[in-house]
Amino acid sequence: MSVRYLSCGDTAFTVEFGNEISPGINGQVMALHGAIGMAKAGGELDGVVETVPTMRSLMVTYDPLTTSRAELQPRIDALIAGGLSAGGTTRQVRIPCCYDDPDFAPDLAEVAERTKKTPEEVIAAHLGSAFKVYVLGFMPGLAYIAGLEPSLYLPRRSQPRVRLPRSSVAIAMDMTTIYPFESPGGWHLLGRTPLLMFDQRREQPVFLAPGDHLTFERIDRATYDAIAAQAEAGTLDWSTLVTT
Amino acid sequence: MSAALRVVRAGLFDTIQDLGRIGHMALGMPTAGAMDRVALRLANALAGNPAGTAGIEIGVMGPDLLVEADSVRVALVGSLSPALIEAEGAAPKPLESDRTHLLKRGQILRVGMIEGASTAYVAVAGGLALPVFMGSLSTYARAGVGGFKGRKLAADDVLPLALDHAPPAEERKLGATFDYGSGPIRVVWGPQEDYFTEAGRRTFVEAEYRVSKEADRMGIRFEGPTIEHAKGADIISDGIGPGAIQVPGAGLPIVLLSDRQTVGGYPKIATVASVDLPRLGRAQPGHAVRFTAIPVEEAEALRRDQEARIARAIAGFQTARPPGGIDLARLYEENLIDGVVYEPSSASP
Repeated sequence: MSVRYLSCGDTAFTVEFGNEISPGINGQVMALHGAIGMAKAGGELDGVVETVPTMRSLMVTYDPLTTSRAELQPRIDALIAGGLSAGGTTRQVRIPCCYDDPDFAPDLAEVAERTKKTPEEVIAAHLGSAFKVYVLGFMPGLAYIAGLEPSLYLPRRSQPRVRLPRSSVAIAMDMTTIYPFESPGGWHLLGRTPLLMFDQRREQPVFLAPGDHLTFERIDRATYDAIAAQAEAGTLDWSTLVTT
Repeated sequence: MSAALRVVRAGLFDTIQDLGRIGHMALGMPTAGAMDRVALRLANALAGNPAGTAGIEIGVMGPDLLVEADSVRVALVGSLSPALIEAEGAAPKPLESDRTHLLKRGQILRVGMIEGASTAYVAVAGGLALPVFMGSLSTYARAGVGGFKGRKLAADDVLPLALDHAPPAEERKLGATFDYGSGPIRVVWGPQEDYFTEAGRRTFVEAEYRVSKEADRMGIRFEGPTIEHAKGADIISDGIGPGAIQVPGAGLPIVLLSDRQTVGGYPKIATVASVDLPRLGRAQPGHAVRFTAIPVEEAEALRRDQEARIARAIAGFQTARPPGGIDLARLYEENLIDGVVYEPSSASP
């Protein structure tokens, strides 16, 4: 297996397994993430601070006062050469989403125009996509969810929004996501879920996990308001949304 | 009565920060942490704290803090303009920066404005008694976690102190203002320098950029010439290290700092060497910056050299008043000068 090492300054580097989104590549990433964690737990890889898995690469952060890029890279090579084994869990998660309120879906018309669809066809394509969570990142609880219906592929906005609302459902490239917080963001907003992707009050603050299979479920504004009130109050029964 | 500092007037963007929330980036949790780790470490060392103790990061303008403890020792590090101490019935008196001060119950520390930088630090001897979230006290305001209620400090906040009075110690000061260096900000090419044309890479290292008004703990948007992409401005998202310089489609660089996201999908032309991150953590809007590229080995060596300089700065701390017995005349004189009533039992070893 050949990987590329990319410089991320003097405190990190990225091990790139490929430049495409595929379950195989992501499996290798997650396997190296696990292998480095095991090695660290076993007292090896002194100076490695943490690892950050993505769809197709693993960023390794290190302390340049303890180790160096030159010292670590061959050790990572050796781990990969020794063979990586994957594991994982699978859950099926339903995400209620309101596409109908224009405030929730400011980019729906533009996405429809650029993909030569009606807004209803855009919504149908989003609902019909078979999604899978590959990686969490960007901010706590934000999931990169691949599997978008190919006719909806669009690049990110050239200038990201400085501020967009929490729980916005958005698409870019071949993915969808749900913003867990009010935040900057460069994706196209198609709707909003009443769920909270990150909630400090929950035992597990982050709702989604890598490997989850996901479908969106269309709800109207009244249903949105009802579920949102439960989510805000902390009374929502999350278990009904997840099957294992 | 529990010991605390009460915020009687809020500053602009003051948050509790330590050296960062390490080990949770895989869950999408940013590290946060001090924008200027050098200043926080010096403040903690002055206060007699371990390096990783959380202090108050002052953003642009600091709060007024009422001492609700028998006594508290604070270390001020940064170019405050200056901070003031105020007690009932006495005129406000200036407090020097880059040193410790012993404060008594009822006194108000007016941290005030920072001059020539955007951040300064207040460390408290013994630290703050706040709940640890995922291993750190660092505030990450976007998620509302860490620090004091996950947000910047506001009026009437009560910051609980770990100690109800200052431990006996001499007041200490820096031997010299820490030298952050000058000249271009040093960067290492990558991880996606191949997403830019040769002309684009040249623009990046030859042009002058200015810190825009969109500068905060997450990052700094720069203004200046646009950087030409070679193959679009989208990548499959990958990890973002501290100081990563992403260039979205509009072509202007954004340096990502303490509250940066863990992963992102814009190509990153280069990464700021860790030695120079504190300089950007102090930079103000309008500040002009040039970038210069160095090899990763040099960046690692520069960081080790900076650590040695921090250690020398700490070894070079000076006593801020004479050592030995109680110098009553000196104490009396200083009380007249700075308005602080020192407890002889606490001020002397």
